[in-house]
Amino acid sequence: MDNEIKREIIMENYLHPYNKQTIEDDKYIKVNSNNESCIDNIDLQILIKSGRISDIKFNGEACAISTASTSIMIKELLNKTVSEALNFIHEFEAMVNEEKYDENNLGEALVFDDIFKQKNRKTCATLPYKGIKKALMEYEKEH
Amino acid sequence: MNREDFPMLKQDIIYFDNGATSFKPQVVIDKMNEYYTNYSANAHRGDYDISYRVDMEYENVRDLVKDFINANSKEEIVFTSGATESLNLIVNGFFEKNIEQGDEIVITKSEHASNVIPWFRLAKNKNATIKYIELNENHEVTMEALQKIITPKTKIIALAQVTNVIGDERPIKKICALAHEHNIFVVVDGSQSVPHMKVDVQDLDCDFLCFSAHKMCGPTGVGVLYGKKELLEAVEPSNLGGGMNESFDNEYEVLLKPLPTRLEAGTPNIAGVIGLGAAINYLNKIGMDNINKYEKELREYLISKLEKISYIDIINLHSSSGIVAFNVDNIFSQDVAYYLNRYNICVRAGNHCAKILKSETGVKNTCRISLYFYNTKQEIDKLIELLADKEKIIAEMF
Repeated sequence: MDNEIKREIIMENYLHPYNKQTIEDDKYIKVNSNNESCIDNIDLQILIKSGRISDIKFNGEACAISTASTSIMIKELLNKTVSEALNFIHEFEAMVNEEKYDENNLGEALVFDDIFKQKNRKTCATLPYKGIKKALMEYEKEH
Repeated sequence: MNREDFPMLKQDIIYFDNGATSFKPQVVIDKMNEYYTNYSANAHRGDYDISYRVDMEYENVRDLVKDFINANSKEEIVFTSGATESLNLIVNGFFEKNIEQGDEIVITKSEHASNVIPWFRLAKNKNATIKYIELNENHEVTMEALQKIITPKTKIIALAQVTNVIGDERPIKKICALAHEHNIFVVVDGSQSVPHMKVDVQDLDCDFLCFSAHKMCGPTGVGVLYGKKELLEAVEPSNLGGGMNESFDNEYEVLLKPLPTRLEAGTPNIAGVIGLGAAINYLNKIGMDNINKYEKELREYLISKLEKISYIDIINLHSSSGIVAFNVDNIFSQDVAYYLNRYNICVRAGNHCAKILKSETGVKNTCRISLYFYNTKQEIDKLIELLADKEKIIAEMF
């Protein structure tokens, strides 16, 4: 992906993050994700209907990279089954860890394909994935 | 000032995070290396020459610290691993015994975590109450506000002399005078003051003072607990073991050594303490008053420049120390810090361990610049040049 396009996508998702809001609804699974090494701290709310992710909302304090990464992640995971979502997360982790991954599977999240070059921002990009992975794995165990 | 003394400053780096830790001058590094290279024995075992030298060097630092903060005697100086351990040692070893149900502990919302959380636990265990002094519009402690919060149940006032985000200097001498009229103990966290100004414990009349070596050109892992002798005598050691006992013959009869050894169980951080001594000698040579005067000048210069940037909000405009906390409108503090890092400028973003401060200032996270005597106006100019271009910040924040 061209660097200018990457920038635009990140900026757009930072300035107008998707579903940055909180909802009062017990049907949503809640999970917090924060980085020990920095101050990013977000809460995710996930609604799963018959094994499929039907909504994700987030709120909190986060830098441009974390905010954009969360916004992009939410859009990419919507309507995926839990196991499809976990596969997506797995591919994303492989990408940021410089392992083998299939770039056809990652959609807009590809904007972070060279984030590993900035070691101190890798944790920002992976922040939402850390939280949602935990929540989805627990869901899978219980269902 | 004295930039050539610091190996770290030979790198192309502008370091504005001195509130977190300071760089070390070569003389401190050399002094510690000399211990490991030439007389690397244990302390308190003076049966042979090199061990005798360890004792001499180690105890000499106690004298240096005593003079540095003008303590009454060297028994009042205890070496710890840092201000955090010093604070925990007196909370657990002294105040645990001297506080009762319903007593009140007075702190503020701008204290560092290490002067908050130990008190929380003490209050919880003893059913005591934490009370917060109301800060004025500049987030400072005033004598009026202190007077208002003191009750017959107040037992402890625990305050930083200079706070680590707001950077305000508290009137500790007046606070001690008022506190002692009411038989209240005063604990002073000197982490952000001792490295930057002359601190005289007898003049202040504080009961305890805690500080760390690494923020004052010394090594990490060493700190000091100062306490008035009669109070330190009553401190229960949190560690028992070698070096601090006089004798023991069965499990019920352990005779402890006198102060301050009694509170320093185990092999101490010998190299660290010796490094602290070198740091004190170094600072004394420059002169604490010179350091303080220069830092105030730097701060004024920085503020005068920052104030001119319309989209920068300075959180602690009226403080006097070298700590300046600010935000760039609509940009997350961490993104500003990352942007500056591209130009090798080190500032810290976050809550700076003062997590209850947000309810006072309404601001959760900030960028913090904390100056030391080796910073320069040229460095500030470079920072201002980068902050004065908001388009550039946005374009380069990731």
